[in-house]
Amino acid sequence: MPIIKVESLTHVYSRGTPFEKVAVDGIDLEIEKGEFVGIIGHTGSGKSTFIQHLNGLLAPHTGRVIIDGADPASSKETARDIRFKVGLVFQYPEYQLFEETVYRDIAFGPRNMGLSEQEIDEHVRRAAYFVGVPESLFESSPLELSGGQKRRVAIAGVMAMRPQVLILDEPTAGLDPAGRENILENICNYHRTTGATVLLVSHSMDDIARIASRLIVFSHGRVALDGAPADVFSHAAELKDMGLAVPQATEIALALKKRGVDIEESIYTINYLRKLLVSLRGEVGPC
Amino acid sequence: MLKNVTLGQYFPGATPVHRLDPRTKLIFLTGYIVALFLAKNWASYALIFFTLAAVSYTAHIKPKTLLSGLKPLLFIVVFTALINLLYGTGEPLYTFWIFRITRQGIHNAIFMVLRIMMLVCGTFMLTYTTSPLSLTDGLELLLNPLKKIRLPVHELSMMMSIALRFIPTLIEETDKIMSAQKARGAAFDTGKLTDRARALLPLLVPLFVGAFRRADELATAMECRCYHGGEGRTRMKQLRFSGIDFAAFSLCALLIAAVCVLRAFGL
Repeated sequence: MPIIKVESLTHVYSRGTPFEKVAVDGIDLEIEKGEFVGIIGHTGSGKSTFIQHLNGLLAPHTGRVIIDGADPASSKETARDIRFKVGLVFQYPEYQLFEETVYRDIAFGPRNMGLSEQEIDEHVRRAAYFVGVPESLFESSPLELSGGQKRRVAIAGVMAMRPQVLILDEPTAGLDPAGRENILENICNYHRTTGATVLLVSHSMDDIARIASRLIVFSHGRVALDGAPADVFSHAAELKDMGLAVPQATEIALALKKRGVDIEESIYTINYLRKLLVSLRGEVGPC
Repeated sequence: MLKNVTLGQYFPGATPVHRLDPRTKLIFLTGYIVALFLAKNWASYALIFFTLAAVSYTAHIKPKTLLSGLKPLLFIVVFTALINLLYGTGEPLYTFWIFRITRQGIHNAIFMVLRIMMLVCGTFMLTYTTSPLSLTDGLELLLNPLKKIRLPVHELSMMMSIALRFIPTLIEETDKIMSAQKARGAAFDTGKLTDRARALLPLLVPLFVGAFRRADELATAMECRCYHGGEGRTRMKQLRFSGIDFAAFSLCALLIAAVCVLRAFGL
């Protein structure tokens, strides 16, 4: 059974006013347990609206969402249970920090779950470990940390609920390259260790190409493309029409092909491209 | 849920009402309120209601939109109606316990409710059809004479336009933080009153931190562009009265005059 099942989901903002806007328009999707899904789409393509349906923060106007066999729209209690199963990290999550200490902020989710103090402690320490927040920071105020550290504490706050599905909306936006690398590694680590399903919304094709096993492309509130990264990135022209880019490696491969080099089109990681180029050089001989 | 707050929202449009000079609209609103408080009888209420209906029709603002703005005031409206209804003076129609319902009381209750509703709807009419920016521009120009008595008119209107400008931003931010905390299992709408009050903490702390951050950034951005108050500032959009403004003034004067006449004859 898929852990996430979405049937003809539609959501309209400001219904019945001059500002009416169809944000999500008839989406059908199934996501299996343990998948690492990358979600891409330009601003306003409906991806943020879509992910908020997955833990019952938004209710569908038509269609339905089934999470692990339960419908978050069925009752308030179900929605709350589902929120602990589906952890959602919003854009710029550091703006949600509020507690006096880092420890207590990370513990907010587990405490709401009604766990015992000992369980809470376990959850907090493990989540902090996943994102690389050292225990020496536990007693400092989350508002005094650096931007990257705040972000990590906020992500730990969601991971601490040990969700079966972890959804992150552009977790690396506004961070420096080292910070980005770090957070992506933390997420991969969480995915590997816990076997959780991960949905990662990102604008960086290179990041997403490297770590996701399946890509879903949103455009105008619909799913435009859905498949393995190699399949999706072989539609380079369509992606560009949607205002999206392809990974740099794909870009280079396509340019080479145009110049008559016999090379695969569905290359999307730098490592694979390098391997191919090295082997090509072997054929052509040293230059 | 906060998306439904229509307070201070502006619906862009190109109707004659939208095109009116903001000063005209402010003066018209003042006249409308004066008329509303002078009104004493059905005929004048009908006249004012007709004016409101005509303006909302011209401005393409649906009655439903106007009424939805009244929702937060429901309690005050009902409360006023009850007080007026239960403590009327004159010949009692019906008595129970300490309450007396009188013809005068019923009359007062209905008029009071109508007055509040039309007052609020009229005010909403202004904010629905005038962008906050031109509204404060108009206010600044109207208050300009007060500069003589050293009232910092420009600074006040700047503060007001900033405050208005940030209402939607703060509402959006509140919505975002609320969603984020709900995603961590916070419950804002269940539990005892004390629990609910405590549940607001995860919302209010980030909201205030954010508001201060924004204020700081805005101040820096303004200073970077050499903002130093109203001294010697010119405007890109000069406000000028035109034909429709004079028409609106005439209508306003007519309304007040008519209400005064109706009041004098006690119809």
